[in-house]
Amino acid sequence: MNTQERLGRTFSALVDPTRRAILARLERSDGASVSELAQPFAIRLPAVMKHLDVLADAGLVTRSKSGRTVTVRLRPQPMREAMDWLRRYERFWSKSLDRLAVLAEAKEAEARRKGR
Amino acid sequence: MTSLTLVRRIKARPSIVFDAVTTAEGIAQWWGPDAGPVLRAEADVRVGGRYRVRFRLLDGTEHESSGEYLEIVRPERVVMSWRWEGGQEDPGQSRLEIRLRAIPEGTELTLTHALLHDDDTRRSHEHGWSGALDKLQAHFADSRQGSET
Repeated sequence: MNTQERLGRTFSALVDPTRRAILARLERSDGASVSELAQPFAIRLPAVMKHLDVLADAGLVTRSKSGRTVTVRLRPQPMREAMDWLRRYERFWSKSLDRLAVLAEAKEAEARRKGR
Repeated sequence: MTSLTLVRRIKARPSIVFDAVTTAEGIAQWWGPDAGPVLRAEADVRVGGRYRVRFRLLDGTEHESSGEYLEIVRPERVVMSWRWEGGQEDPGQSRLEIRLRAIPEGTELTLTHALLHDDDTRRSHEHGWSGALDKLQAHFADSRQGSET
């Protein structure tokens, strides 16, 4: 899977508010069991399992089984890629817009000098 | 929010900003992430027309982005598709929108650069999920502490 496909998966996994809430919950702890994750939501365990499948496919969580307990942990790498994408364009546009502002302001001053 | 949004206030009227954004002559003077030169700028500003900008960075590497004008409302709004030539930087297609609003001191410019490369992402645009990346940003602000030089 290339970067772009991974980015797409990350972003689409994050579309769902329940999945975002699960990630937010995992952010605050070093792993949680599936039933702990299901607890705040008014949905059944199988539905939570499905959300976890999507998150795992996107590489956003890992699951490890110990006895009867499955521990879910946040895997931040895909989010980091998403952030890198945003940062790259932020740098590009931030610098570009600085110069655009300088240019437009010079042209405005020129137009005013000419009485337009 | 699968997109980046930047807002700038510019002390120039919207028509002047619009021309700087949409003419090859204007683009040649501001486009690019560092002080390296724009080597070539073409802009056929009409819906369906294309633009192409090639620039050199201070590190000597050359880059080119191009795309199609999707919407033009002079002097308020221009929307274009965006793709890097060669695609090393980012192989997908994205969407760039620049909106201009008259304010007392001149123009408020809002730029939105959105990832747009497959159906999933388009769907996510339609649904919207503001706040998600704010959270991620907070997360990385935390996890990066101490690791940055």
